[in-house]
Amino acid sequence: MHINQYFKFLRRFYRGNLAASIGSIIVATMILLSVFAGSIAENDPNKRVARGHQPPSAELLLGSTRSGKDVLSQVLHGGKISLLVAFSAAMITTVIAVAVGISAGYFGGRVDEILMSFTNIVLVFPQLPLLIIIAAFVGQVGPIVIALIIGLSSWAWGARVIRSQTMAIRNKEFIIAAEVMGESKLRIMFMEILPNLISIVVGGAIGTCIYALMAEAGLEFLGLGDPTIITWGTMLFWAQSNSAFIVGAWWDMVVPGTAIAIFGGGLALLNMSIDQLSNPKLKTGGYIKTWRRMKSDIEARRTEA
Amino acid sequence: MNSPLLKIRNLCVDYVTDWGNARAVNNVDLEIYPGETVGLAGESGCGKSTLAFAIANLHCAPALITGGEILFEGMDVLKMSDDELRSFRWAKASMVFQSAMNALNPVITIGEQMIDVVLAHEDVTRAEAKARAIKSLELVDIHASRMESYPHQLSGGMRQRVVIAIALILRPKLIIMDEPTTALDVVVEREIMNQLYDLKKEFGFAILFISHDLALMGEITDRIGVMYGGKMIELGASTDLITSPKHPYTRGLLKSFPTIFGPKTRLEGIPGNPLNLLEVPNGCYFQSRCTECVDQCISQIPALKRLSGDAPRMVACHLID
Amino acid sequence: MTQTVYSKVNAVKQSGSEVEQLEIDGLVIDFALDNALFNRQYMRAVNGVSFSIKAGEALAIVGESGSGKSTCARALTRLYEPAAGTLRLNGKDINNTAEPISQSELAKRVQMIFQDPFGSLNPVHTIRHHLYRPIKIHMPHLKGDEVEQYMFKTLENVGLTPAAQIADKYPHELSGGQRQRVAIARAVATGARFILADEPISMLDVSIRLGILNLMTDMKERGIGFLYITHDIATARYFAERTAVMYVGHMVEWGASDSVTQTPRHPYTQLLLSAVPEVGRKRDAKRADSKTKNEIPLWRPDSVGCPFVSRCTLAEKRCSREMPVAKQVASDHFVRCFAVE
Repeated sequence: MHINQYFKFLRRFYRGNLAASIGSIIVATMILLSVFAGSIAENDPNKRVARGHQPPSAELLLGSTRSGKDVLSQVLHGGKISLLVAFSAAMITTVIAVAVGISAGYFGGRVDEILMSFTNIVLVFPQLPLLIIIAAFVGQVGPIVIALIIGLSSWAWGARVIRSQTMAIRNKEFIIAAEVMGESKLRIMFMEILPNLISIVVGGAIGTCIYALMAEAGLEFLGLGDPTIITWGTMLFWAQSNSAFIVGAWWDMVVPGTAIAIFGGGLALLNMSIDQLSNPKLKTGGYIKTWRRMKSDIEARRTEA
Repeated sequence: MNSPLLKIRNLCVDYVTDWGNARAVNNVDLEIYPGETVGLAGESGCGKSTLAFAIANLHCAPALITGGEILFEGMDVLKMSDDELRSFRWAKASMVFQSAMNALNPVITIGEQMIDVVLAHEDVTRAEAKARAIKSLELVDIHASRMESYPHQLSGGMRQRVVIAIALILRPKLIIMDEPTTALDVVVEREIMNQLYDLKKEFGFAILFISHDLALMGEITDRIGVMYGGKMIELGASTDLITSPKHPYTRGLLKSFPTIFGPKTRLEGIPGNPLNLLEVPNGCYFQSRCTECVDQCISQIPALKRLSGDAPRMVACHLID
Repeated sequence: MTQTVYSKVNAVKQSGSEVEQLEIDGLVIDFALDNALFNRQYMRAVNGVSFSIKAGEALAIVGESGSGKSTCARALTRLYEPAAGTLRLNGKDINNTAEPISQSELAKRVQMIFQDPFGSLNPVHTIRHHLYRPIKIHMPHLKGDEVEQYMFKTLENVGLTPAAQIADKYPHELSGGQRQRVAIARAVATGARFILADEPISMLDVSIRLGILNLMTDMKERGIGFLYITHDIATARYFAERTAVMYVGHMVEWGASDSVTQTPRHPYTQLLLSAVPEVGRKRDAKRADSKTKNEIPLWRPDSVGCPFVSRCTLAEKRCSREMPVAKQVASDHFVRCFAVE
C-alpha cells in the first residue's frame, strides 16, 4: 500500500503544475545525458579531434575548443563532474543542517544556545571570499575539495530554518505522546519530526544544489579549480583564457554557460513546485482555475438579474 | 408586522476543491427581525460559520457563494459595489469572531485599533474618535487606561470584551457572533453573556448567535435554527425547541449534554461520524446516523416544512408532518 | 505542610493482587518567568497538590485555564520536574534518586491522551505506525503476526472497525472522534493501567463526546484508572466517581463527584456551578458580584494566603495571610475554606 501512496502523491504533485513537469524533465534529461556521456559522445573530450575554434558543424555539433577538442563531448563529460559536485555539496550541507537544526530545535536550552552560536558564526562568515582563500591556500583544488568546501560552509541558513520549524512541531501533542510512550530521543527527532520537515529539507537541498553549481563554476572560472579536469567551470575558464568571445568563438563560452543556466533553471522550477505542495495557502492548485471560472459565471448572472 | 432586517433566501455556498465541490451551505432560508436574537446551532461542518461569513460577503477562494440572495434592509449584499459594501460592513452589520487573538492586531494598541475603525467609517476628528472608543470600552466595563494596552497584555475575557466593544462602536443594527465564548472559561463566559444581555437591552441591536452550545443559546436567543450538513433542519422559538425538539438530530444533540443536576443516566450522544460533504447521500443527510430512518429517508431529501399548530416551528424530516 | 487528601487506601484484594494506585503527594511545580542568571522570577503553577487514583476508578480535576490541572498530569509522566513532593506508583517513588523508575517502565503503566485530536497524531504516519511503536517498545514478546493481531484487537476495543481498513489510513482521513479513539488505543496498547486524560473531549463535536466518554467508562470497568482533567463540571460528574476542584494551583474542594457538584461548599466551586449554562435550568436575573471580575492572581513561590481572596465575597482578613486547612464536611467531601464550618 505504500507504493500506491507514492503514486497518489506524484499525481497530486504533477497535476496542473507546469513548473514541476518542466523542471523534472530538464533535471532528468541532464542527469541522463551526463550519466550516459560515454555512449552519447563520440569523441574523447580530452583528445584533439579538429582544428582549434571550429564553429558548430555536422561533425562537431557544438564546435571545437581552442585546442581542437570536441565541445559537445566536453560538455557531456564535464556535466558529470559538475553535477556530482553540486549534488555532493548539497548532500553534505543538508546532512549537517538537519543534524544541527533538529537537535537545536528539539533539545532547546543549553544545547540550542551552543549550536546556534556556532551556526551564527558560520552564517556570518563571508562564503565566497572564504572559498577563494582556502582554494588559493591549498593551491589548485579538484572537484572533491570544492564540493567539501562548499558543503561545509553553506549549511548555516538551512540549519536555522529547520530549527525554527522543529520548534514549531516540538511541543505538539504527537511529539509529547511519543516521549510519554518511551521513544528514544533520536528516534523522535528522525522518525517523528524529520518526516514533517521533508518539504523544507528538500527545498533547501535543491537550493543548495543551485548555489553549489554556481559556486563551483565561479571558483573554476577564477582559475582556482583544477584546469586539467573537465567541468563546466573549467570549460568557461579555458574559454576565457583563450579569449573565445573576442575571436568570435562564441560556442566555446556559450555552451557551458547555457548548460549551467538550464540545469540551474530546472532545479529552480522544481523548487518552486515543491513550495506549492508544502504550502497549500499559495492557492495555485488546479482547483483555483475552477474557482475563478465559477466566480465569473456567477457574477455575470448576478449583474444580469 | 415589521419587515425583516436580514432576509437570506436559498443561499448556497460551495468550497471548490480538487476532489469536487463541497456545498457547505445548502439552500438555506433565514430571517432576522430588528432587535431579535437568532441562534444558529450545529457542529463542525454544518455550515453555520460559512453562513456567517457569507452575510458580510467575506468569503474568498476556495469558498464561493453560488446562489441565493442576502437582503439587508432590502438591498442584496451580494450585489453591492465595493463602496456600498464598505459602508454596510461594520456600520450596519459587524462581526465578533471566536478567538479575539485572531481578530485583534497584536502589534497595535487596542485604543489605536478602535480609533482606526471609527476613522475608517466616519468623518470625525481623531479626538472625537478617541472619545467614542473610550465610551465603547466603558460599555463593556473596561477602564479607559486600557486604551494603551496591547492585546497580549489583556486576559482572554478582556480581549473578547474589547472585540465586542469594537463591534458595537458604530452602533450597527446587526451583530454576527461566531462562537464568541467558546474559547473562554465558564466564569468569564458568564460575565460576557451578562454584559451582552445589558447591551442588547440598551441598544436593541439584532444578534445572530452561532454556537454549538444549545444550553447557552437557550438563554439569550429568541429563536434557534439547527443546521446539519449545510441544511437548516429545524427552526423555532428557543425555549420551545429546547424543551420539545422534533428533528432526530436536534433530539440527539440535546441528549448529548450531561446535566449537573438531576439523575445520572448513561447518555448515548449520536452514533456515527460527521457528514463528509464531498460524498453526500441521495436522501436525507442525517440518514446514516438516524435511529429512526425509514425507506423514504434514503431516497428523498426532506423539505423544511412548517408544522401545524400555533408555535411557529419548521422541521425537515419525513417522520414529522 | 502537605495535606493528604485521598481517603485512606484500603488495599482491596482483587484476584489475589492489590489494587494498583497512582499517587501525588504535596506536589509543587514552579516555572521560570524569565532567563535571568540572578534573581530569576518563578511562578508557582502547582502548590501542594495531593491525590490518588486507583485502577478501575476515575478522578476528575476541574478548573479553569491556569489552574494547574494539566501541569499535574504532565508531572505524573515526568514531563515536568517537581520542585517538591513525591509521585508514587504502587507505593514506589518514581523519582527516587537511589532507584528511579525508568521512563520505559513508567510508560508501561501510565499514559496520556491529549486535548487536540488533530495534534495528537503525526500527520505523516499511518495509524498502523502509531500503534506499532508502543507495541514494539512495550510488548517485545509479541512477534510477527501476533503484533498485527494485537493491534487489530486494540483498534476493535476502542470501536474502530473494520480495524484492517483503519490501520492503513492517515490521520487526516479520520474524523476528530476517530482520531481520539486512536489516541486512546495507542495509550492502551502499552498495557497501561492509568490513563491521564487532559481535556480529551473538549475539542470534539458535541454529539461525539459522549461516545468517547462511554468508551472511557467501559475501559474503566475493565480496570483502567483515569485522571480526567476538564473545565466542564457536568462531564466530570458524569464520568468520574470523585472530583477535585483546583484554583491557581491549589486544590480547594474535593470528594465524591455527586457531593461536590450537588452541594458545593467552596465559594469558587459555587461560582463555577452558577456560571454553567444548563438546558432547562431557570436562569435568575441576579448579576454576579463585580468582585468576581477581578483578575486571576499570578502565584509566586513566596505568595501566601488563599488564592481566591481577590475574587471571594466571603473573604476575611486571615484569608490573605494563610491557606485554609482541609475540613471534612461530609463522608467523602473536603473543603479548604475558612468560611466553611
